[in-house]
Amino acid sequence: MSQIGFADILWNLIMAAGWTVVLSLISFVGGGLLGIVLLFARIGKVSWLRVVVKIYTEVFQGTPLLMQLFLAFFGLGLLGIDVPPSLAAGTALILWTAAFLVEIWRGCVSAIAKGQWEASASLGMTYVEQMRHVILPQAFKISIPPTVGFSVQVVKGTALTSIIGFVEVTKAGTVLANATFQPFTVYGLVALIYFILCYPLSLSAKALERKMNVTHRH
Amino acid sequence: MSLIAIDALKKSYGKTEVLKGIDLHVKQGEVIALIGKSGSGKSTLLRCINGLEQINDGAISVAGEQLINDELHLRALRLKVGMIFQQFNLFPHKTAGQNVMLAQQVVKKRPKADAVAMARKMLDRVGLSDKFDSYPDQLSGGQQQRVAIARALAMEPMALLCDEVTSALDPELVAEVLQVVRDLAAEGMTLVMVTHEMAFARDVCSRVVFMHQGRIHESGPPEQVFNNPQTPELRSFIGMTG
Ligand SMILES: Nc1ncnc2c1ncn2[C@@H]1O[C@H](COP(=O)(O)OP(=O)(O)OP(=O)(O)O)[C@@H](O)[C@H]1O
Ligand SMILES: [Mg+2]
Repeated sequence: MSQIGFADILWNLIMAAGWTVVLSLISFVGGGLLGIVLLFARIGKVSWLRVVVKIYTEVFQGTPLLMQLFLAFFGLGLLGIDVPPSLAAGTALILWTAAFLVEIWRGCVSAIAKGQWEASASLGMTYVEQMRHVILPQAFKISIPPTVGFSVQVVKGTALTSIIGFVEVTKAGTVLANATFQPFTVYGLVALIYFILCYPLSLSAKALERKMNVTHRH
Repeated sequence: MSLIAIDALKKSYGKTEVLKGIDLHVKQGEVIALIGKSGSGKSTLLRCINGLEQINDGAISVAGEQLINDELHLRALRLKVGMIFQQFNLFPHKTAGQNVMLAQQVVKKRPKADAVAMARKMLDRVGLSDKFDSYPDQLSGGQQQRVAIARALAMEPMALLCDEVTSALDPELVAEVLQVVRDLAAEGMTLVMVTHEMAFARDVCSRVVFMHQGRIHESGPPEQVFNNPQTPELRSFIGMTG
Protein backbone atom coordinates (compact mmCIF):
# COMPACT_ATOMS: atom_id res chain seq x y z
CA MET A 1 0.00 0.00 0.00
CA SER A 2 1.36 3.32 -1.02
CA GLN A 3 1.89 6.07 1.50
CA ILE A 4 -0.92 8.59 1.86
CA GLY A 5 0.54 11.98 2.70
CA PHE A 6 -1.02 14.84 4.62
CA ALA A 7 -1.77 16.71 1.41
CA ASP A 8 -3.65 13.69 0.05
CA ILE A 9 -5.68 13.36 3.21
CA LEU A 10 -6.59 17.02 3.15
CA TRP A 11 -7.43 16.96 -0.53
CA ASN A 12 -9.68 13.91 -0.20
CA LEU A 13 -11.46 15.40 2.79
CA ILE A 14 -12.05 18.67 1.00
CA MET A 15 -13.52 16.82 -1.98
CA ALA A 16 -15.81 14.86 0.33
CA ALA A 17 -16.75 18.03 2.16
CA GLY A 18 -18.26 19.14 -1.14
CA TRP A 19 -20.85 16.38 -0.66
CA THR A 20 -21.47 17.52 2.89
CA VAL A 21 -22.23 20.97 1.51
CA VAL A 22 -24.44 19.60 -1.27
CA LEU A 23 -26.39 17.38 1.12
CA SER A 24 -26.75 20.25 3.59
CA LEU A 25 -28.09 22.53 0.88
CA ILE A 26 -30.52 19.93 -0.41
CA SER A 27 -31.74 19.20 3.10
CA PHE A 28 -32.10 22.84 4.02
CA VAL A 29 -33.76 24.00 0.82
CA GLY A 30 -35.94 20.90 0.51
CA GLY A 31 -36.79 20.95 4.19
CA GLY A 32 -37.51 24.67 3.98
CA LEU A 33 -39.92 24.26 1.08
CA LEU A 34 -41.68 21.33 2.73
CA GLY A 35 -41.62 23.29 5.97
CA ILE A 36 -43.49 26.21 4.40
CA VAL A 37 -46.22 23.91 3.14
CA LEU A 38 -46.46 22.19 6.52
CA LEU A 39 -46.45 25.56 8.31
CA PHE A 40 -49.60 26.65 6.51
CA ALA A 41 -51.24 23.38 7.48
CA ARG A 42 -49.99 23.76 11.06
CA ILE A 43 -51.38 27.26 11.57
CA GLY A 44 -54.32 26.97 9.19
CA LYS A 45 -58.00 26.63 9.91
CA VAL A 46 -58.39 22.93 9.07
CA SER A 47 -58.14 21.16 12.39
CA TRP A 48 -57.29 17.64 11.17
CA LEU A 49 -54.45 19.04 9.06
CA ARG A 50 -53.11 20.84 12.12
CA VAL A 51 -53.16 17.58 14.06
CA VAL A 52 -51.47 15.61 11.29
CA VAL A 53 -48.61 18.11 11.07
CA LYS A 54 -48.31 18.26 14.84
CA ILE A 55 -47.92 14.48 15.00
CA TYR A 56 -45.43 14.63 12.13
CA THR A 57 -43.24 17.16 13.91
CA GLU A 58 -43.43 15.31 17.20
CA VAL A 59 -42.44 12.01 15.61
CA PHE A 60 -39.46 13.53 13.78
CA GLN A 61 -38.36 15.62 16.74
CA GLY A 62 -38.89 12.79 19.20
CA THR A 63 -36.82 10.13 17.44
CA PRO A 64 -33.09 10.16 16.70
CA LEU A 65 -32.12 11.29 13.23
CA LEU A 66 -30.03 8.14 12.95
CA MET A 67 -33.15 5.96 13.31
CA GLN A 68 -34.88 8.03 10.64
CA LEU A 69 -31.92 7.41 8.34
CA PHE A 70 -31.98 3.68 9.06
CA LEU A 71 -35.70 3.52 8.41
CA ALA A 72 -35.37 5.42 5.15
CA PHE A 73 -32.47 3.23 4.06
CA PHE A 74 -33.56 -0.22 5.20
CA GLY A 75 -37.31 0.36 5.34
CA LEU A 76 -37.62 1.29 1.70
CA GLY A 77 -35.30 -1.58 0.92
CA LEU A 78 -37.77 -3.96 2.55
CA LEU A 79 -40.44 -2.75 0.16
CA GLY A 80 -38.27 -3.98 -2.64
CA ILE A 81 -37.13 -0.48 -3.55
CA ASP A 82 -33.40 -0.31 -3.94
CA VAL A 83 -32.43 2.93 -2.25
CA PRO A 84 -28.99 4.35 -2.79
CA PRO A 85 -27.54 5.94 0.40
CA SER A 86 -27.73 9.40 -1.18
CA LEU A 87 -31.49 9.14 -1.72
CA ALA A 88 -32.15 7.78 1.76
CA ALA A 89 -29.91 10.46 3.26
CA GLY A 90 -31.56 13.28 1.32
CA THR A 91 -35.09 12.10 2.05
CA ALA A 92 -34.57 11.59 5.76
CA LEU A 93 -32.75 14.89 6.21
CA ILE A 94 -35.39 16.84 4.29
CA LEU A 95 -38.16 15.36 6.42
CA TRP A 96 -36.17 15.95 9.62
CA THR A 97 -35.28 19.54 8.70
CA ALA A 98 -38.88 20.34 7.77
CA ALA A 99 -40.12 19.07 11.14
CA PHE A 100 -37.83 21.44 13.02
CA LEU A 101 -38.34 24.43 10.75
CA VAL A 102 -42.14 24.13 11.04
CA GLU A 103 -41.91 24.40 14.79
CA ILE A 104 -39.41 27.28 14.68
CA TRP A 105 -41.61 29.18 12.25
CA ARG A 106 -44.83 28.41 14.07
CA GLY A 107 -43.22 29.90 17.15
CA CYS A 108 -42.43 33.05 15.18
CA VAL A 109 -46.02 33.35 13.96
CA SER A 110 -47.42 32.92 17.45
CA ALA A 111 -44.91 35.47 18.76
CA ILE A 112 -46.74 38.18 16.82
CA ALA A 113 -48.81 40.19 19.28
CA LYS A 114 -52.51 39.42 19.55
CA GLY A 115 -53.18 43.11 18.94
CA GLN A 116 -51.91 42.74 15.37
CA TRP A 117 -54.57 40.12 14.69
CA GLU A 118 -57.24 42.21 16.34
CA ALA A 119 -56.33 45.45 14.59
CA SER A 120 -56.24 43.82 11.17
CA ALA A 121 -59.48 41.95 11.86
CA SER A 122 -61.20 45.12 12.99
CA LEU A 123 -60.25 46.69 9.65
CA GLY A 124 -62.14 43.94 7.86
CA MET A 125 -59.28 41.74 6.72
CA THR A 126 -59.90 38.04 6.24
CA TYR A 127 -57.62 35.39 7.74
CA VAL A 128 -55.63 35.02 4.54
CA GLU A 129 -55.25 38.80 4.17
CA GLN A 130 -54.14 39.15 7.79
CA MET A 131 -51.56 36.42 7.29
CA ARG A 132 -50.27 37.80 4.03
CA HIS A 133 -50.03 41.49 4.88
CA VAL A 134 -49.66 41.70 8.65
CA ILE A 135 -48.59 38.49 10.37
CA LEU A 136 -46.21 36.70 8.01
CA PRO A 137 -44.08 39.74 7.10
CA GLN A 138 -43.42 40.31 10.79
CA ALA A 139 -42.96 36.61 11.55
CA PHE A 140 -40.57 36.26 8.62
CA LYS A 141 -38.35 38.97 10.00
CA ILE A 142 -38.01 37.41 13.43
CA SER A 143 -37.61 33.92 11.97
CA ILE A 144 -34.35 34.67 10.16
CA PRO A 145 -31.91 34.35 13.11
CA PRO A 146 -33.28 31.04 14.46
CA THR A 147 -33.56 29.64 10.94
CA VAL A 148 -29.95 30.47 10.13
CA GLY A 149 -29.01 29.10 13.53
CA PHE A 150 -30.77 25.83 12.75
CA SER A 151 -28.85 25.45 9.50
CA VAL A 152 -25.84 24.63 11.70
CA GLN A 153 -27.74 21.63 13.04
CA VAL A 154 -28.44 20.51 9.48
CA VAL A 155 -24.77 20.64 8.52
CA LYS A 156 -23.80 18.63 11.59
CA GLY A 157 -26.75 16.28 11.03
CA THR A 158 -25.34 15.23 7.66
CA ALA A 159 -22.47 13.50 9.49
CA LEU A 160 -24.84 10.71 10.48
CA THR A 161 -25.44 9.78 6.86
CA SER A 162 -21.92 8.30 6.86
CA ILE A 163 -23.36 5.39 8.82
CA ILE A 164 -25.63 4.32 5.96
CA GLY A 165 -22.70 4.66 3.59
CA PHE A 166 -23.15 8.08 2.05
CA VAL A 167 -19.67 9.40 1.33
CA GLU A 168 -19.49 12.86 2.78
CA VAL A 169 -16.69 14.26 4.89
CA THR A 170 -17.22 12.04 7.95
CA LYS A 171 -17.38 8.85 5.87
CA ALA A 172 -14.30 9.92 3.92
CA GLY A 173 -12.61 10.56 7.25
CA THR A 174 -13.42 7.05 8.47
CA VAL A 175 -12.02 5.50 5.31
CA LEU A 176 -8.88 7.62 5.48
CA ALA A 177 -8.37 6.96 9.17
CA ASN A 178 -8.46 3.23 8.52
CA ALA A 179 -6.12 3.48 5.58
CA THR A 180 -3.55 5.78 7.17
CA PHE A 181 -3.66 4.70 10.83
CA GLN A 182 -3.73 8.41 11.68
CA PRO A 183 -7.23 8.77 13.11
CA PHE A 184 -6.36 11.78 15.27
CA THR A 185 -5.01 13.83 12.38
CA VAL A 186 -7.82 12.79 10.07
CA TYR A 187 -10.69 13.38 12.48
CA GLY A 188 -9.04 16.60 13.61
CA LEU A 189 -9.17 17.80 10.04
CA VAL A 190 -12.79 16.60 9.68
CA ALA A 191 -13.77 18.53 12.77
CA LEU A 192 -11.95 21.59 11.46
CA ILE A 193 -13.86 21.38 8.20
CA TYR A 194 -17.19 21.22 10.05
CA PHE A 195 -16.14 24.18 12.12
CA ILE A 196 -15.21 26.18 9.02
CA LEU A 197 -18.63 25.38 7.55
CA CYS A 198 -20.65 26.04 10.71
CA TYR A 199 -18.92 28.94 12.38
CA PRO A 200 -19.87 31.58 9.81
CA LEU A 201 -23.47 30.37 10.06
CA SER A 202 -23.70 30.64 13.82
CA LEU A 203 -21.83 33.93 13.71
CA SER A 204 -24.30 35.41 11.24
CA ALA A 205 -27.24 34.04 13.22
CA LYS A 206 -25.93 35.89 16.27
CA ALA A 207 -25.29 39.05 14.28
CA LEU A 208 -28.80 38.95 12.80
CA GLU A 209 -30.28 38.51 16.23
CA ARG A 210 -28.35 41.49 17.58
CA LYS A 211 -29.42 43.59 14.63
CA MET A 212 -33.04 42.62 15.19
CA ASN A 213 -32.91 43.58 18.86
CA VAL A 214 -31.65 47.00 17.89
CA THR A 215 -34.30 47.66 15.27
CA HIS A 216 -37.12 46.36 17.48
CA ARG A 217 -37.31 49.41 19.63
CA HIS A 218 -40.95 49.39 20.69
CA MET B 1 -83.65 53.58 13.68
CA SER B 2 -80.61 52.68 15.76
CA LEU B 3 -77.23 52.59 14.11
CA ILE B 4 -75.95 50.07 16.64
CA ALA B 5 -78.49 47.63 18.05
CA ILE B 6 -77.54 45.25 20.85
CA ASP B 7 -80.30 43.00 22.15
CA ALA B 8 -80.17 40.52 25.00
CA LEU B 9 -76.44 40.01 24.52
CA LYS B 10 -74.83 37.32 26.64
CA LYS B 11 -71.20 36.39 26.68
CA SER B 12 -69.35 33.83 28.77
CA TYR B 13 -65.73 32.82 29.05
CA GLY B 14 -65.97 29.16 29.90
CA LYS B 15 -68.39 28.95 32.79
CA THR B 16 -68.12 32.60 33.84
CA GLU B 17 -70.82 34.78 32.39
CA VAL B 18 -69.26 38.17 31.73
CA LEU B 19 -72.16 39.87 29.94
CA LYS B 20 -75.50 38.91 31.38
CA GLY B 21 -78.03 40.33 28.97
CA ILE B 22 -77.13 43.68 27.48
CA ASP B 23 -79.62 45.85 25.61
CA LEU B 24 -78.14 48.96 24.10
CA HIS B 25 -79.29 50.98 21.12
CA VAL B 26 -77.15 53.77 19.74
CA LYS B 27 -78.47 56.32 17.28
CA GLN B 28 -76.39 57.89 14.58
CA GLY B 29 -74.35 60.76 15.95
CA GLU B 30 -74.61 59.67 19.56
CA VAL B 31 -71.48 59.64 21.69
CA ILE B 32 -71.65 56.98 24.37
CA ALA B 33 -69.28 56.62 27.30
CA LEU B 34 -69.07 53.20 28.90
CA ILE B 35 -67.94 53.50 32.48
CA GLY B 36 -67.65 51.02 35.31
CA LYS B 37 -65.29 49.18 37.56
CA SER B 38 -62.48 47.02 36.24
CA GLY B 39 -63.89 43.66 35.19
CA SER B 40 -67.45 44.91 34.74
CA GLY B 41 -67.39 43.88 31.07
CA LYS B 42 -66.85 47.17 29.22
CA SER B 43 -64.12 45.93 26.90
CA THR B 44 -65.92 42.66 26.33
CA LEU B 45 -69.06 44.51 25.28
CA LEU B 46 -67.10 46.68 22.87
CA ARG B 47 -65.29 43.68 21.40
CA CYS B 48 -68.54 41.81 20.88
CA ILE B 49 -69.91 44.65 18.77
CA ASN B 50 -67.36 44.12 15.99
CA GLY B 51 -67.10 40.38 16.41
CA LEU B 52 -63.70 40.16 18.07
CA GLU B 53 -65.43 38.01 20.68
CA GLN B 54 -67.93 35.30 19.89
CA ILE B 55 -71.23 35.91 21.61
CA ASN B 56 -73.26 33.23 23.35
CA ASP B 57 -76.71 34.69 23.00
CA GLY B 58 -78.56 37.72 21.72
CA ALA B 59 -78.17 39.80 18.59
CA ILE B 60 -76.01 42.69 17.41
CA SER B 61 -76.27 44.74 14.28
CA VAL B 62 -74.53 47.85 13.01
CA ALA B 63 -76.14 49.87 10.23
CA GLY B 64 -78.23 46.87 9.33
CA GLU B 65 -75.31 44.44 9.17
CA GLN B 66 -75.95 41.53 11.50
CA LEU B 67 -73.19 40.01 13.59
CA ILE B 68 -72.91 36.54 12.08
CA ASN B 69 -69.79 34.53 12.63
CA ASP B 70 -68.43 33.97 9.16
CA GLU B 71 -65.84 35.91 7.23
CA LEU B 72 -68.25 37.52 4.79
CA HIS B 73 -70.66 38.83 7.40
CA LEU B 74 -67.88 39.86 9.75
CA ARG B 75 -66.24 41.86 6.99
CA ALA B 76 -69.50 43.61 6.15
CA LEU B 77 -70.04 44.45 9.80
CA ARG B 78 -66.47 45.63 10.36
CA LEU B 79 -66.71 47.95 7.38
CA LYS B 80 -69.48 49.73 9.29
CA VAL B 81 -67.68 50.02 12.60
CA GLY B 82 -64.02 50.73 13.27
CA MET B 83 -62.10 50.17 16.47
CA ILE B 84 -59.32 51.98 18.33
CA PHE B 85 -57.34 50.03 20.89
CA GLN B 86 -55.62 50.95 24.10
CA GLN B 87 -52.28 49.67 22.73
CA PHE B 88 -52.63 51.39 19.30
CA ASN B 89 -51.73 48.15 17.49
CA LEU B 90 -50.15 49.86 14.52
CA PHE B 91 -48.42 47.54 12.05
CA PRO B 92 -44.75 48.02 13.01
CA HIS B 93 -43.41 46.96 9.61
CA LYS B 94 -45.32 49.70 7.80
CA THR B 95 -45.04 53.48 7.83
CA ALA B 96 -47.83 55.63 9.17
CA GLY B 97 -49.03 56.22 5.62
CA GLN B 98 -48.90 52.51 4.76
CA ASN B 99 -50.74 51.69 7.98
CA VAL B 100 -53.58 53.91 6.83
CA MET B 101 -53.45 52.60 3.25
CA LEU B 102 -53.26 48.85 3.81
CA ALA B 103 -56.85 47.93 4.58
CA GLN B 104 -58.16 50.43 2.05
CA GLN B 105 -56.28 48.58 -0.67
CA VAL B 106 -56.74 45.04 0.61
CA VAL B 107 -60.29 45.21 1.93
CA LYS B 108 -61.88 48.03 -0.05
CA LYS B 109 -59.80 47.35 -3.19
CA ARG B 110 -59.08 51.05 -3.57
CA PRO B 111 -56.48 51.86 -6.22
CA LYS B 112 -53.18 52.91 -4.71
CA ALA B 113 -53.44 56.56 -5.74
CA ASP B 114 -56.83 56.87 -4.04
CA ALA B 115 -55.54 55.10 -0.94
CA VAL B 116 -52.61 57.48 -0.75
CA ALA B 117 -54.86 60.49 -1.13
CA MET B 118 -57.21 59.21 1.55
CA ALA B 119 -54.28 58.40 3.86
CA ARG B 120 -52.90 61.93 3.47
CA LYS B 121 -56.31 63.41 4.14
CA MET B 122 -56.85 61.33 7.28
CA LEU B 123 -53.35 61.90 8.65
CA ASP B 124 -53.92 65.59 8.06
CA ARG B 125 -57.20 65.36 9.94
CA VAL B 126 -55.44 63.99 13.04
CA GLY B 127 -52.67 66.58 12.69
CA LEU B 128 -49.94 64.28 11.38
CA SER B 129 -49.57 65.23 7.73
CA ASP B 130 -45.78 65.40 8.15
CA LYS B 131 -45.52 61.84 9.51
CA PHE B 132 -46.62 59.91 6.43
CA ASP B 133 -43.27 58.18 6.03
CA SER B 134 -42.47 57.62 9.71
CA TYR B 135 -42.48 54.14 11.17
CA PRO B 136 -44.53 53.56 14.34
CA ASP B 137 -41.40 53.23 16.48
CA GLN B 138 -40.38 56.72 15.39
CA LEU B 139 -43.61 58.20 16.74
CA SER B 140 -44.70 59.09 20.26
CA GLY B 141 -47.57 57.17 21.84
CA GLY B 142 -49.97 60.01 21.19
CA GLN B 143 -48.92 60.20 17.55
CA GLN B 144 -49.27 56.44 17.18
CA GLN B 145 -52.76 56.55 18.57
CA ARG B 146 -53.68 59.34 16.18
CA VAL B 147 -52.37 57.26 13.27
CA ALA B 148 -54.55 54.42 14.52
CA ILE B 149 -57.54 56.75 14.46
CA ALA B 150 -56.65 57.86 10.93
CA ARG B 151 -56.34 54.23 9.90
CA ALA B 152 -59.82 53.45 11.18
CA LEU B 153 -61.31 56.60 9.65
CA ALA B 154 -59.85 55.84 6.22
CA MET B 155 -62.26 52.91 6.00
CA GLU B 156 -65.13 55.40 6.33
CA PRO B 157 -66.96 53.61 9.12
CA MET B 158 -70.35 54.71 10.42
CA ALA B 159 -69.23 54.32 14.01
CA LEU B 160 -66.06 53.96 16.05
CA LEU B 161 -65.44 51.84 19.12
CA CYS B 162 -62.74 53.22 21.43
CA ASP B 163 -61.37 51.12 24.28
CA GLU B 164 -59.49 53.32 26.76
CA VAL B 165 -57.62 54.99 23.95
CA THR B 166 -55.58 57.21 26.26
CA SER B 167 -54.81 54.75 29.07
CA ALA B 168 -51.46 53.66 27.65
CA LEU B 169 -50.28 57.23 27.11
CA ASP B 170 -48.01 59.41 29.18
CA PRO B 171 -50.14 62.12 30.82
CA GLU B 172 -48.78 64.91 28.64
CA LEU B 173 -49.89 63.06 25.49
CA VAL B 174 -53.48 62.42 26.56
CA ALA B 175 -54.82 65.80 25.51
CA GLU B 176 -53.78 65.57 21.85
CA VAL B 177 -55.65 62.28 21.42
CA LEU B 178 -58.70 63.44 23.33
CA GLN B 179 -58.80 66.53 21.11
CA VAL B 180 -59.03 64.32 18.03
CA VAL B 181 -61.84 62.31 19.60
CA ARG B 182 -63.57 65.53 20.58
CA ASP B 183 -63.34 66.76 16.98
CA LEU B 184 -64.80 63.50 15.71
CA ALA B 185 -67.71 63.81 18.10
CA ALA B 186 -68.27 67.40 17.00
CA GLU B 187 -68.33 66.30 13.36
CA GLY B 188 -71.13 63.89 14.19
CA MET B 189 -69.24 60.59 14.28
CA THR B 190 -71.04 57.93 16.27
CA LEU B 191 -68.77 56.86 19.10
CA VAL B 192 -68.92 54.20 21.76
CA MET B 193 -66.02 54.63 24.11
CA VAL B 194 -64.78 52.99 27.24
CA THR B 195 -63.11 55.69 29.26
CA HIS B 196 -61.78 56.55 32.66
CA GLU B 197 -61.59 60.23 31.74
CA MET B 198 -64.71 61.29 33.59
CA ALA B 199 -64.34 64.99 32.84
CA PHE B 200 -64.06 64.18 29.16
CA ALA B 201 -67.10 61.89 29.29
CA ARG B 202 -69.12 64.57 31.02
CA ASP B 203 -68.07 67.11 28.45
CA VAL B 204 -68.32 65.25 25.18
CA CYS B 205 -70.79 62.41 25.58
CA SER B 206 -74.49 62.46 24.89
CA ARG B 207 -75.10 59.43 27.07
CA VAL B 208 -73.19 57.69 29.82
CA VAL B 209 -73.68 53.98 30.37
CA PHE B 210 -72.61 52.58 33.73
CA MET B 211 -71.81 48.88 33.70
CA HIS B 212 -71.75 46.74 36.79
CA GLN B 213 -71.15 42.99 36.97
CA GLY B 214 -71.95 42.33 33.34
CA ARG B 215 -75.11 44.42 33.20
CA ILE B 216 -76.02 47.96 32.28
CA HIS B 217 -76.75 49.17 35.76
CA GLU B 218 -77.68 52.74 35.03
CA SER B 219 -77.54 55.08 32.07
CA GLY B 220 -78.54 58.55 31.04
CA PRO B 221 -77.26 61.95 29.98
CA PRO B 222 -74.00 62.92 31.69
CA GLU B 223 -75.56 65.56 33.98
CA GLN B 224 -77.97 63.01 35.37
CA VAL B 225 -75.47 60.19 35.73
CA PHE B 226 -72.79 62.30 37.33
CA ASN B 227 -74.92 64.74 39.36
CA ASN B 228 -77.82 62.58 40.32
CA PRO B 229 -76.85 58.91 40.35
CA GLN B 230 -79.78 56.66 41.21
CA THR B 231 -78.06 53.51 42.43
CA PRO B 232 -75.64 53.05 45.32
CA GLU B 233 -73.20 51.25 42.99
CA LEU B 234 -72.95 54.23 40.65
CA ARG B 235 -72.74 56.62 43.59
CA SER B 236 -69.84 54.69 45.02
CA PHE B 237 -68.18 54.40 41.61
CA ILE B 238 -68.36 58.12 41.03
CA GLY B 239 -67.19 58.84 44.56
CA MET B 240 -64.36 56.43 43.97
CA THR B 241 -63.11 58.09 40.81
CA GLY B 242 -63.77 61.62 42.01
N1 LIG C 1 -60.14 36.22 27.21
C1 LIG C 1 -60.71 36.10 28.43
N2 LIG C 1 -60.81 34.89 29.03
C2 LIG C 1 -61.39 34.76 30.22
N3 LIG C 1 -61.92 35.76 30.93
C3 LIG C 1 -61.87 36.99 30.39
C4 LIG C 1 -61.27 37.23 29.12
N4 LIG C 1 -61.35 38.54 28.84
C5 LIG C 1 -62.00 39.09 29.89
N5 LIG C 1 -62.30 38.17 30.82
C6 LIG C 1 -63.04 38.42 32.08
O1 LIG C 1 -64.23 39.06 31.78
C7 LIG C 1 -64.55 40.06 32.73
C8 LIG C 1 -64.78 41.36 32.02
O2 LIG C 1 -63.58 41.80 31.44
P1 LIG C 1 -63.47 43.14 30.62
O3 LIG C 1 -62.11 43.17 30.05
O4 LIG C 1 -64.61 43.27 29.69
O5 LIG C 1 -63.61 44.21 31.78
P2 LIG C 1 -63.46 45.78 31.69
O6 LIG C 1 -64.73 46.34 32.21
O7 LIG C 1 -63.03 46.18 30.34
O8 LIG C 1 -62.31 46.04 32.74
P3 LIG C 1 -61.09 47.10 32.70
O9 LIG C 1 -61.63 48.39 33.18
O10 LIG C 1 -60.10 46.52 33.66
O11 LIG C 1 -60.57 47.13 31.30
C9 LIG C 1 -63.38 40.09 33.70
O12 LIG C 1 -63.76 39.39 34.85
C10 LIG C 1 -62.28 39.39 32.99
O13 LIG C 1 -61.47 38.70 33.89
MG1 LIG D 1 -61.21 46.95 29.51
